[in-house]
Amino acid sequence: MALLEIENLVVEFQTASGPFRAVNGVSMKVHEREVLAIVGESGSGKSVSMLAAMGLLPWTAKVTADKLTFNGRDLLGMSANERRKIVGKDIAMIFQEPIASLNPCFTVGFQIEEVLRIHMGLDKAGRRKRAIELFEAVGIPDPAERLGHYPHQMSGGQCQRVMIAIAIACNPKLLIADEPTTALDVTIQKQILDLLMKLQAEHKMGLIMITHNMGVVAETADRVVVQYKGRKMEEADVLTLFENPKSNYTRALLAALPDNATGDRLPTISELFVDEGAAQ
Amino acid sequence: MSVILEARNLVRDYHIPGGLIKKAKTVHALKGVSFSVEQGKTLAIVGESGCGKSTLGRILTLIDPATSGELLIEGKKIDIAKGDMTAEMRRKVQIVFQNPYGSLNPRQKIGDILMEPLVINTDTPADERRDRAMTMLKKVGLTELHFNRYPHMFSGGQRQRIAIARALMLNPKLLVLDEPVSALDLSVQAQVLNLLADLQDELKLTYVFISHDLSVVRYIADDVMVMYFGEAVEYGSRDEVFADPKHSYTKTLFAATPRADVESIKARLAKKQAA
Repeated sequence: MALLEIENLVVEFQTASGPFRAVNGVSMKVHEREVLAIVGESGSGKSVSMLAAMGLLPWTAKVTADKLTFNGRDLLGMSANERRKIVGKDIAMIFQEPIASLNPCFTVGFQIEEVLRIHMGLDKAGRRKRAIELFEAVGIPDPAERLGHYPHQMSGGQCQRVMIAIAIACNPKLLIADEPTTALDVTIQKQILDLLMKLQAEHKMGLIMITHNMGVVAETADRVVVQYKGRKMEEADVLTLFENPKSNYTRALLAALPDNATGDRLPTISELFVDEGAAQ
Repeated sequence: MSVILEARNLVRDYHIPGGLIKKAKTVHALKGVSFSVEQGKTLAIVGESGCGKSTLGRILTLIDPATSGELLIEGKKIDIAKGDMTAEMRRKVQIVFQNPYGSLNPRQKIGDILMEPLVINTDTPADERRDRAMTMLKKVGLTELHFNRYPHMFSGGQRQRIAIARALMLNPKLLVLDEPVSALDLSVQAQVLNLLADLQDELKLTYVFISHDLSVVRYIADDVMVMYFGEAVEYGSRDEVFADPKHSYTKTLFAATPRADVESIKARLAKKQAA
């Protein structure tokens, strides 16, 4: 059985000039122990579709889907209270800007123990012990000391490790990483990606990697969904996608990579890509 | 080929004043960097955050003075610490910043943004300023219609075009590009890189391209300098550096860059199967 199943997801935002459709009929499945990458440019609806699945969108958003289930349970129908028991525990998310997604007013130790208190109901000593374990697992040196630090005292890469530690604190079944390395240096990006892949294998998690970097896709994914303007353009396993892309958009995206430059100028998407509609 | 820009042993220290408890400290941001760039060529400066590449960019754009060392532009020694800078000299170097959302004034119309360098640095009459701004808009791929709009009405790629247009208004010889495409989407990145290449051919511009994205650097650069903790650990032509990296940091950097070719995907999947 699939871990997360989405069928015909539509997300609309109410704007002054009428409803705006950010996600238009996207379907996908994530299985256990699978790494799914969602690729697309800004505005392609890749983050919005995952936020919709987690129920984190503001009230201005209207979410409809034929099916939106996690582990067989319907996410759309359940109450907010019930959903909160799943989100943050069984489904966890890591965001793009590590320094912005941690609360600057509290120590990182407080923030990780908060998750453990709410979802796991551990006592004080248990929380601290588990927090130290988690910091060790994500490779933060001197964890006991580090728990008392504030986010501004840590580098971007360290903050992202803290975010990952918080996300995996309750042994989630599914981890959603929204551009986890975009704000980081190349060498740090490598470390964080390696860490995510290691944790994914160890904990047998499903992992959704939202990214616009084709290099990250090539290094991590088992299966890839390509999105453009709220529609799914293509879904394929990673090798097929790079070797033999079906949709024109994917081909254009791959051709625009500077690595693949052959001539004097790079081909651009608008030259190559003619809107072909959704390739469902 | 004439050398446009030459740096000899540039050093930049920042002094952090001490207080009651803390001692005064000196940060050595640049520890003696030397290089030269010929006209019409592109030098790429690569390194991670905190390695001094933006400090170097600020010295090259004559924003900050170097603590010691010499900076020569078109063979002429320039030292802004002495305060003898003329508008003529400042005009030769311009900069494009990383984030096009932060570098354009949201209260100014595009036309005013483009004409401002002329107002400050020259005494061009108003109608000529307008004409030149219009011409420049077309040169970077926008239209005259955009002249009276505000920055928020543009996408990231269009804003970066405006920032490039503004930098070119004074006909500079040298353009410092501080991560100009790292905030942009892949497809838009390709368009902006093409625009930069077109402008370089047309105006014989020299670029200093600061970046941490090696795939972009490999595409655009003629020469590459790799920086690590304020030092240039590797400096040579693009092909030399990419074919045979000497310093261990450069090797780490190459190894860390994600590869998007079929061979490496196959290798990764095979490794995963085996595990």
